[in-house]
Amino acid sequence: MNALRRVGRIGLIAWAVAGLLFLFTPILVTVVYSFNEPNGKFNYIWEGFSLNGWTDPFKYSDLTDALFYSIEVAIWVTLISTVLGTLLGLAMVKYRFRGKGLLGGLLILPLTMPEVVLGFSILTLFVAINWSGSTVTIVIAQVMFSVSYVATTVRARIKGFDWRLEEAAADLGANPWRTFRKVTLPLIAPGVVAAALLTFALSLDDFIITYLNSGIDNSTFPIEIWNMKRSQVPVQINVIATIVLVVSVSVALLTVWAGNRRQRRLSA
Amino acid sequence: MTAVAPLRRKPVKREKSRDESGARPRRWFTPWLLVAPGLLWLIIFFVIPMIRMATLSLEKGGEADGGLSNYSRVISDNSEVIVRTFTYAFFATIAAIIIGYPLAYVIARKGGRYKTFFLALVVLPFFVTYLVRTLSWKILLYDGGPVVDIARTLGILNDNQGILGSPFAVVMALTYNFLPFMVLPIYVSLEKIDWRLLEAANDLYATAGRTFRKVTLRLSLPGVFAGTLLTFIPAAGDFVNSELLGSERTIMIGNIIAKNFGKDYFRPELSALSFMLMAIILIGVLIYARLLGTEEIA
Repeated sequence: MNALRRVGRIGLIAWAVAGLLFLFTPILVTVVYSFNEPNGKFNYIWEGFSLNGWTDPFKYSDLTDALFYSIEVAIWVTLISTVLGTLLGLAMVKYRFRGKGLLGGLLILPLTMPEVVLGFSILTLFVAINWSGSTVTIVIAQVMFSVSYVATTVRARIKGFDWRLEEAAADLGANPWRTFRKVTLPLIAPGVVAAALLTFALSLDDFIITYLNSGIDNSTFPIEIWNMKRSQVPVQINVIATIVLVVSVSVALLTVWAGNRRQRRLSA
Repeated sequence: MTAVAPLRRKPVKREKSRDESGARPRRWFTPWLLVAPGLLWLIIFFVIPMIRMATLSLEKGGEADGGLSNYSRVISDNSEVIVRTFTYAFFATIAAIIIGYPLAYVIARKGGRYKTFFLALVVLPFFVTYLVRTLSWKILLYDGGPVVDIARTLGILNDNQGILGSPFAVVMALTYNFLPFMVLPIYVSLEKIDWRLLEAANDLYATAGRTFRKVTLRLSLPGVFAGTLLTFIPAAGDFVNSELLGSERTIMIGNIIAKNFGKDYFRPELSALSFMLMAIILIGVLIYARLLGTEEIA
């Protein structure tokens, strides 16, 4: 019986490790194949180690431009949805008001629909008002779903705060703007930063909704890869993806570290 | 002597609740000022498009005659694709539970001080763009790539059989791409369990299997429910995996929309198709919630 149990336990752990490997392997492949020297235009088969991709990471200017375009879009999306979503989240946590349940439902709704439906439905609106695909339509479409993420994240992070601090500030003669700047903002800042980072990452990564609303000539990084994939898949795709991976993992680690430090300082 | 009047109970002034329900605003419109910009955005760019898509789905266009006949037309034209889409999404979700549940369980129960590290590994795929992640599977499954080589050596595949282009490749990549969405909610619900309950069940002579079924599994059902939605919905709407790793015989609903969205005359049919996709998902979710027991989900 005991032996059987031990076998079961080891089997369970082995299965979990296999699951982690399953998640991890494609990431490893992405990085390793950035050092490949493919025969021909498609980086699909390992031919040998080479630094060609890394010594010339920006060889395909379309790909590089697309990356910067992605970042530009992500900045706009992050700015707009962080402001809108934070205000929504604040109102939901701080106040009781009529229609709040309905609003909560409306906020969740976009997250329960397949992206292709969301993207196509907003496209039908743009077509109806004769807007062809542009940076504006891409940003609008991305904000549409990221607002919900921001509101949900902010809401979860600022639940249970002591809002009497604001009243105290007001009682001490601070005007509303000063109260907001000196009390509310520092209180909600970590939640807002977390939501903003999430939005930025989601925007960079989004393909389906963006693809349906990008029109011609507005290629974000994923769209450029999509357009290239029939003619060529160069090593540089993996090189840039690896750079983005390293940068974003560093940013994530830095945020966690800063959060821990803040917590330690606050509890000290 | 005057009779002592029974003390009228003064209404107790309750401490304003500071939890999620929130306080009553001093001015009724304060919350609306905060809500207005975001709400307007959602109405204009989410609610109105949905309405527009609904009216469009009844218009004449393509080979459809307009009205509700668009729906019957779209369903009969694409019945095979529709069935395939939900079959793939179903199997991807099942596979994600089979891989994801034990993983979440082991991290929650045996992770110890490395829990955060393991969770970071689980979300690591999100740090590589969706398309590149999926292209990596193309590398892995390519003819002459490692997976095919191993499968051929083991005799699972003939020398002229590959994996790319097959339903297996598409379902596997769908599983992979949405697996973290399965693991995280299950982990959260497992993490909340008071493990003393298991000791209690053990003390009351429940076998390990019974304890798992009656306590652990039941308490983690909300996580499984959330994870299932987060996996099934994007999988059912996906077209990237089928396009990059599949072939003509793995076309899903999303592929049809992605291929034709640019053509004006096709949009009424695509609108009907989108609504049908949503409707089937909704019905599926409701049945699923009923099966799992709604009280336990809430």
